[in-house]
Amino acid sequence: MQKQSSSKKLHGNPLTNPKVVPYVFVAPFVIYFLLVFLYPTIATVLMSFQRIDGPTQVTYIGFKNYERLFSRNFIQALQTTTRYAIWDVIVLTSVPLLFAVLLHSGLVKFASFFKSLFFIPALTSIIVAGIVFRLAFGTLPTAPVNRLVSLFGQEPRDWLMYAGTGNLVLIVLTLWRWMGVNIIYYLSGIQSIPTDLYEAAEIDGAGSIAKFFHVTLPGIKPVLIYVITITVLGGFSMFTESVALWQQNNPGGVGRTIVGYMYMMGFYKSNMGMASAVGLTLLVIVVLVNMIQLVLMGFFRKED
Amino acid sequence: MQSKRYIDWRRTTLTVLATGLMVIAALIAMLPFAFMFLSSLKPGQEMLRKGLSLTFEPGISSFKNYAALNTYRDGIYWQWYKSSAIIMLIQTVIGLFFGSLVGYGLAMYDFKGKNAIFTVVLVVMMIPFEILLLPLYRMLIRTHLTDTYFGVVLPYLVPPFMVFFFRQYVLGLPRELLEAGRIDGCTDYGVFFRIMVPIMIPAFGAMAILSCMNSWNNLLWPLIVLSTNEKFTIPIGMGTTITPYGNAFDVLMPGAVMAVVPIVIIYLFAQKTFIAGLTAGSVKG
Repeated sequence: MQKQSSSKKLHGNPLTNPKVVPYVFVAPFVIYFLLVFLYPTIATVLMSFQRIDGPTQVTYIGFKNYERLFSRNFIQALQTTTRYAIWDVIVLTSVPLLFAVLLHSGLVKFASFFKSLFFIPALTSIIVAGIVFRLAFGTLPTAPVNRLVSLFGQEPRDWLMYAGTGNLVLIVLTLWRWMGVNIIYYLSGIQSIPTDLYEAAEIDGAGSIAKFFHVTLPGIKPVLIYVITITVLGGFSMFTESVALWQQNNPGGVGRTIVGYMYMMGFYKSNMGMASAVGLTLLVIVVLVNMIQLVLMGFFRKED
Repeated sequence: MQSKRYIDWRRTTLTVLATGLMVIAALIAMLPFAFMFLSSLKPGQEMLRKGLSLTFEPGISSFKNYAALNTYRDGIYWQWYKSSAIIMLIQTVIGLFFGSLVGYGLAMYDFKGKNAIFTVVLVVMMIPFEILLLPLYRMLIRTHLTDTYFGVVLPYLVPPFMVFFFRQYVLGLPRELLEAGRIDGCTDYGVFFRIMVPIMIPAFGAMAILSCMNSWNNLLWPLIVLSTNEKFTIPIGMGTTITPYGNAFDVLMPGAVMAVVPIVIIYLFAQKTFIAGLTAGSVKG
């Protein structure tokens, strides 16, 4: 940093010293990080090795909380979450990509109208949307989805009673709510691809499909990585969608996610130590899956 | 000639197919809203018996349920509405203030530790916030901030996504503006508030709408912090009308419609800035 002679007269006040000024600007984030992220993270790590019976009754119990993780309920929550996260990533990266490519292709009339419209579901709260979805996939034979499947000769079902169909409802809800957002991400990526790349590919005799795989897909790679990363994060830490469809305490544990299990442990069973162990396990899973994904996508590879 | 006609015909078919797919998808996307609105006009009894249906029944459909929002448990719905609005306002104003300061600082200056701080911003954006709920809640208990609006807002005081966004935005502004301001005798803070903030208005717009949307629909953290019925936000309050003993559909459905309306109106008016805000992070990041 070079000295600024023009601000010399202000040097009396340390807050306006050019060497100090940048730190004043970023100070709020540093304080916020220490208070809202670092301290709670350290507290979670410590609590995960503790048995907490009251504000002053704390005993260190080593890895006991982690050993207890291998319970039926936690494994079930882990399965529910993993199943949801896998489908979430598959469906929420591919379907919006197809729509974005179509909307950008010029084949769709009123493309910008559709783009705005697909975004509207993202504005609703999951709780409010969940009410409608729960009723739509309701148990009554007259519930909309049951009426729909009966048109195809299927028996009406109890959609939310079983893990498989429950997961389907969750994915439908997520796709409905989030498709428009991912479409906008993808479109921003597609629009940033220079058009001469497409022209060059055309001269080389590439068809639409070849152009998609050799120009569009490589061109939107940064956006694709971003979308996958936030989808992995959102998929594994999903909770509100499950609350909206099943409430917080459903007997069979269908739809209970890792965060739901953590919430139950921490707030209903007052087992803070166990809940912290669950939280840290979730953190490790998310970081691990995202690191693997980023390596596979070549995020850390140097551009040539 | 022959081949050109063939291509046009092929393109027309594709246009019809693609547009048709969009129309069907759009109808499906709007279906839940249609269910919500038509159900909000029917008596709750009707909903209990028949569930959702896409019918308008002139005999029984009316706006009576909307009036019932005023009287339901002494008008508590509007109390929730007010809570949601207050929290949304505090969260957005504070978030914009600090988010823009920090983002600007990271983009406009070179200083020791700058890269480390920006790396921390990126790492924090990758952490599932949910795992911090328990220790944060214990912190609120110790500082007596449970059941307060400030407690709800606390984790969002300096939102990392805003820091990130404002940094990206300011990177595109010329640094000479700072020099020019200094020569005119402004302090660096004066430069920020008098010169930079007006230039950054579009960024503020985008982040304001995104923040309003997040806050208005947030459930988990407010649910943990708030315990007094009058302080509940709409998502929490709506949740309380669903019980194992039956749902108060008379309130649930019109309440759901009224909760969606303001945010959709804001969106329709400010679509362009909104979409710019969402995409800025992914493209340049």
